[in-house]
Amino acid sequence: MTLLDHLPVLVVLIPLMTAPLCVLVDRPRASWIMALAAAWLSFASAIALALTVATSGTLTYQLGGWPPPWGIEYRIDTLASYVVLIVTAMAALVMLFAKESVASEIPERRIARFYASLMLAFAGLVGIVATGDAFNVFVFLEISSLASYALISMGRDRRALNAAFQYLVMGTIGATFILIGIGFLYMMTGTLNMLDLAARLPEVSDSRTVRAGFAFLTVGIGLKLAMFPLHLWLPNAYAYAPSAVTAFLAATATKVAVYVMLRFMLEVFGADFSLGAMPLDLILMGLGLIGIIMASLVAVFQDDIKRMLAYSSVAQIGYMLLGIGLASATGVGAAILHIFNHALMKGALFLALGAVAYRIGAVTLGDFAGLGKRMPWTMAAIAIGGLSLIGVPPTVGFVSKWYLVLATLEQGLWPIAVLILIGSLLALVYIWRLIEAAYFGAVAADAPEVREAPASMLIPIWILVAANIYFGINTDISVGAAMQAATMLMGDGG
Amino acid sequence: MLIAVVAIRMRDLFGVVILFGVYSLLTAVLFMDLDAVDVAFTEAAVGAGVTTVLLLSGLRLTRRWEAPPRHNPLFSLLVVGITGAALVYATLDAPLLGDPSSPVHKHVAPRYLQQAVEEVGMPNIVTAVLASYRGYDTFGETLVVFTAGLAVLLLLGFPDGSESRARSSALGDQLVLKVVVKLLVPLILLYALYVQFHGDFGAGGGFQAGVIFATGFILYDMVFGSANARAVMPADWLPRLAALGVLIYGGVGIFSMLAGKPFLDYSALSADPVQGQHLGVLLVELGVGVTVFSIVLSIFYALSGRRPRS
Amino acid sequence: MIEIPGLFNYWVVVFLMMAGFYVVISQGNLVKKLVGLGLFQASVFILYITMGNLSGGQAPIVTEGVFVYSNPLPHVLILTAIVVGVATTAVGLALVVRIHEAYGTVEEDEIHSLDMADEETPRKGDDRPGESRE
Repeated sequence: MTLLDHLPVLVVLIPLMTAPLCVLVDRPRASWIMALAAAWLSFASAIALALTVATSGTLTYQLGGWPPPWGIEYRIDTLASYVVLIVTAMAALVMLFAKESVASEIPERRIARFYASLMLAFAGLVGIVATGDAFNVFVFLEISSLASYALISMGRDRRALNAAFQYLVMGTIGATFILIGIGFLYMMTGTLNMLDLAARLPEVSDSRTVRAGFAFLTVGIGLKLAMFPLHLWLPNAYAYAPSAVTAFLAATATKVAVYVMLRFMLEVFGADFSLGAMPLDLILMGLGLIGIIMASLVAVFQDDIKRMLAYSSVAQIGYMLLGIGLASATGVGAAILHIFNHALMKGALFLALGAVAYRIGAVTLGDFAGLGKRMPWTMAAIAIGGLSLIGVPPTVGFVSKWYLVLATLEQGLWPIAVLILIGSLLALVYIWRLIEAAYFGAVAADAPEVREAPASMLIPIWILVAANIYFGINTDISVGAAMQAATMLMGDGG
Repeated sequence: MLIAVVAIRMRDLFGVVILFGVYSLLTAVLFMDLDAVDVAFTEAAVGAGVTTVLLLSGLRLTRRWEAPPRHNPLFSLLVVGITGAALVYATLDAPLLGDPSSPVHKHVAPRYLQQAVEEVGMPNIVTAVLASYRGYDTFGETLVVFTAGLAVLLLLGFPDGSESRARSSALGDQLVLKVVVKLLVPLILLYALYVQFHGDFGAGGGFQAGVIFATGFILYDMVFGSANARAVMPADWLPRLAALGVLIYGGVGIFSMLAGKPFLDYSALSADPVQGQHLGVLLVELGVGVTVFSIVLSIFYALSGRRPRS
Repeated sequence: MIEIPGLFNYWVVVFLMMAGFYVVISQGNLVKKLVGLGLFQASVFILYITMGNLSGGQAPIVTEGVFVYSNPLPHVLILTAIVVGVATTAVGLALVVRIHEAYGTVEEDEIHSLDMADEETPRKGDDRPGESRE
């Protein structure tokens, strides 16, 4: 087997094995360098992986050398390689940013172990995407979740501790529900391999056990996704976690949960069952819409900008769920596209916020007064990110909304299209509050002198901002891959 | 079942934790009855043993009594009712207990039962599946332990030397205890080693062994005081040992990759594939045992060495 | 037809699961929540093991003269799940200890009121009292 054959497992292994190395070495600078190297190597592998899948089709890998369903296999298809690419890219960029940010927010003697946990969270997320075995999803979900609880708790405010605890309780309930769901599926089919499950479920899909398994899986994944009304953990967790952690998790963790939902609902259960026999389409559309409107409304009234963006994330996830609920290739494609675009948007925004926190120490609306003059580059990044959030062309946000509206109109659902636009309007309101304070607000008399953020932070921020615009104009790759994945998923239904 | 209800109503948390320990022990007995010996062993050691010790350490650092409930339990009861109904609904179509024609007995599992002895070379099928067929899951599980230990260390850290030297053992100068423990500890450690290496043939394996090995140290710490315990096993070594365990496990997998086989394919370890399997399982379980031992002991040190803040 | 005796095992499990779940969502004391979580998870384990049991079978360790074994796969899965459960409890406990040091309480409502009070009069100063240790 050549190096290229091992790619599916390398994307996970590299960060996974870096974590114990960080613990062994236990020096802040060295562990940052190792984490940075691991993230970029993993990213490079992900690129190679995506290219290979694009040309030769789905890649499989038998862990331990045992064929499935007796052994665990990794399956990388278009959707998986797409999501892996996003997660690794975000990790690579956040690691660049992390050097100064982490050094200022985390006590020095904890930094090495902090990076080790970050690597574990990263590896866990990629592991969830790469695997083709249902129980393996559970195991890696727990790796990344436990690491996330620890990472979030390291925030400077004491409220980070309770936020992490609430996330732990809700996250564990979610994971246990997923375990129950997998158990029911196993009970009726005898297998854990997702492809095998997809083949065997149709003949037993009428049974109550399978239906219950479906329900438990939906709720469990929904908790991890922050689907309304199971989103309660998210605003606090994002608001109080260290800046680098918020940026990384906001761009990746919930997206991976969306991936899991797609994988289970559309591939394992099949689109016909999930969106046809079971009322998942209505549930997703309904809850998605409520999430969009409610979360956007709450965001308008937030003073803490991190919380504002956290609620905004709940709304964005609502858009993704809406797309899936539309039950068409366009709708699902729009959702998948938004996984990519949202990572770009929120990644840029939270990183930029982290830069502000680095210089000022806090991120309330009051702190933003006059920031446009004092930190021009950072503020410009936030402005563009904000435009993307609203959905103004030529940003990626516009592309996602476009396809989503297209999908709703395809089915003649005018009222829903209107609601999507209302969501954008609400985003306009809260983003405008921010812009107004930053560019038109007067600097407070007792405000401390601040300089622009350091280059190590500005570079990754602006890479993401540039990507926001580039992929907003040149949509071939992102849209093409998303639509292809969607067609495969919807076509495989039943 | 009764225990569960009482645990809900009790407000003395110490009682709740002990009852929970009893519940775990009963669960372990139930597992024995259902022919799940490895699971029973693990539940007894990990569930009843470690969890109880952890919770009690946590109680020491917080409060023993729970405040009276303030809000209306109606909403919670509703949620629980719906979930329970969904679960009962699910069972209506489920295969019955012990039914040999249920899907789980007809697909996937038969190959393990029939061919594990030939392919992996060991009679304990659970170990064969755990360490070889689904070895990657176990790798993940080892990493879960590592991640949790890391999390606890990030949150609590180890107490520094001066605190522990000043404190004498919590159990004072009980001569009988000291003598008995001195006799027991080597036996416990020996038993742990037995469990570690005999796991291929009887119930056992890395997780249980790691926990039991740690128990020996914990017992020593409790009776002879943390100063002595830390002289034997310094706290700083533990995270590094844990990392080493993970690296051993991963290292075996990487070795397979370098030999041109997939990650964790043990047949790459020796000319005879079954020998390779044996070697692989041995090394991998060792990695697990080392990591579990180090993390369990680390967590204990972190919790026990911390002074309660009033 | 629905066979009551064969399903009884499952129903007991469901009751236990719901007991644990109830504790988690309704009780305000954080330590009790963790115990409830453990209870909830332990019952799921029983569910899986029950699934794998075979009437007249033995533990899946190949021995002379035994031909019928219970299913080893659920055992493997539950072994993993038990370890995951204990890992979660440990992290949860570490969090509870730190919360107690930072807030002086482990009751949910008291923590909430302290946070609300904070928002009226923002505190500056040592927000992380537990950090002074090693």
